Amino acid sequence: MNWNYIVRRVALFLVVVWAAASVNFFVPRLGTGRDPIREKLGQLAASGGLRQDGIEAMVKAYQAKFGLDKPLYVQYLNFLGDTFTLDLGYSLANYPARVGQMIGNAIPWTIGLMVVSVLIGFALGTLIGALSAWPNAPPWVRSLAVPFMTLSAIPPYLLGLIVLYILGLKMQWFPLSGGYSPGMLAIASVDFYLDVLHHSILPALAIVLQAVGFWALGMRGMMVTTSGEDYVTLAEANGLRNRTIFFRYGLRNAMLPQFTALGLSLANVVAGQVIVEVIFAYPGIGTVLFQAIQSSDYTVINGVVLILIMSIGLVTMLMDFLYPLLDPRISHSRQN
Amino acid sequence: MQRLSQISYYLRESPMLAAGFIMVSIIVLFGLLGPLFVDTSLAQPLSTTPRMEPSWEHPFGTDDSGRDLLSVMVVGVPLTLRIGLLAGAVGLGLGIVLGFTSGYLGGRFDVVTRGIVDTLLTVPGLVVLVSIASTIREEISVNIMALVVASLAWMWPTRVIRSQVLSMRERAYVQMAKLNGMSTAEIIWKELFPNLLPYLAAQFANAVNWAILSSIGLEALGLGPQNDPTVGMTIYWAITFSALIRGMWWWWAIPIAFIGLIFVGLLMIAVGLDELANPKQRKAV
Repeated sequence: MNWNYIVRRVALFLVVVWAAASVNFFVPRLGTGRDPIREKLGQLAASGGLRQDGIEAMVKAYQAKFGLDKPLYVQYLNFLGDTFTLDLGYSLANYPARVGQMIGNAIPWTIGLMVVSVLIGFALGTLIGALSAWPNAPPWVRSLAVPFMTLSAIPPYLLGLIVLYILGLKMQWFPLSGGYSPGMLAIASVDFYLDVLHHSILPALAIVLQAVGFWALGMRGMMVTTSGEDYVTLAEANGLRNRTIFFRYGLRNAMLPQFTALGLSLANVVAGQVIVEVIFAYPGIGTVLFQAIQSSDYTVINGVVLILIMSIGLVTMLMDFLYPLLDPRISHSRQN
Repeated sequence: MQRLSQISYYLRESPMLAAGFIMVSIIVLFGLLGPLFVDTSLAQPLSTTPRMEPSWEHPFGTDDSGRDLLSVMVVGVPLTLRIGLLAGAVGLGLGIVLGFTSGYLGGRFDVVTRGIVDTLLTVPGLVVLVSIASTIREEISVNIMALVVASLAWMWPTRVIRSQVLSMRERAYVQMAKLNGMSTAEIIWKELFPNLLPYLAAQFANAVNWAILSSIGLEALGLGPQNDPTVGMTIYWAITFSALIRGMWWWWAIPIAFIGLIFVGLLMIAVGLDELANPKQRKAV
């Protein structure tokens, strides 16, 4: 890996962020010419909080405060400056909450839930997929593969509704919504962590149920190829134990593409299951986005979209840097 | 005629394809024939008694605002399929044009296309669609929904078609055609295209699948056509009015069953067609 590659890759990342920010800036302005400030003040006036006649002056004052009276290119440059300093402005619906802070509060929940469920789904799916393509595997594993592959075709938020109904509402084994019990003090105590864990099992289950089939499908294809390789036949002829051949010769060599895909899906961790969070009212970034859509909170919508794109871009970039370490055959040398 | 017998041969050869075909046919027939047997006017709010469990009179029950869910499904399933087919067709069409051109011509056009595709593929699709849809939410209809989804449905087809074309370009029969003096357009149309048909069909199934998935995702977030009872909007209303906690299981379970049937059917078709297109992979699934 050389500096030339690193510089080019970082430049690509910055271009993606710039493009995303520009789309965020221009698309709303192409639209119907809506004015969030006027709308908000109009709503306040309608609910009796403001006098009607002062609104024009207030619109002017707020436009000056937010720099909206300046020419478009100045606004654009200001916006880009704010974006690259991660200043995402105020929430329209929850003023004076800042968008950056709202997202910052939500992100740890999302990352915690998603990383754990992605890894569990990956481990289970890879193992089931590998065993289902292995000639000497027990037959019951094969019968496991088909239902999981069927589940993989159904979006996890719909699986979420089903597990919520069966395990939450009917069995009452798990709470129906939220990240922790209302009234629980959000402090670092064993009780609190157990409560959080209890709340996270159902959403995680929904994601895992769908993910297992996805990983199994990919692994199965690779394993079929690997199990036909000469070195596997040789290992068998040498009389190695079945278990050894499976793990050391089959699984090990079929894994590489799975790891590449795992990297990609870890990059998608933050954006991954926005709707699952909505179903479970989980206090992550998906719920923030949903509430923003419900209340037409455009600064929050744009902020969430931008943060999601940035975080994925960042993780993909880091992974590109890491690949040569994982797989020595990949190198970012001149011919790239 | 020969085509037909070929298709029936494929269906017998690949049970996966046949099963998927049957599932999707059931859904399509449900939408086509449903209006003959079911009163579609009951899909409007306030047209019948709200909150009824499934019964002989209302086999799928009724929702909170007095819609008969059987009628809602008869109206909504074709709408959802239309979004998927339209967006899938636009996506695949763009993918064919861009994929063939950049794969066959190569050069600067290829570099630029590949750069854009690879960059856009790393961006989370649903999130971008949320951003587009939330700025035009008042104007969203079924057709606009399809266009919004189609705006991101072309990258994957472009990428995979391009790589197929790249490998085909070097095959002997293409070289032969070139030596025989066929023009580029003729080679693409007469040599490459027919050989890629089963592969393109698999890509189409994938694109439709993706488009329906995205549209239902957007709808579940409340960014769908507010006045059309698509399957995704039905789920959105069920979530918004807490059907789950209120024990109205039929309200969300029935649209989920339809979505499940559509997705599993399309997946099986795509996998089945893929097997036909790549015989080497046949053992794999």
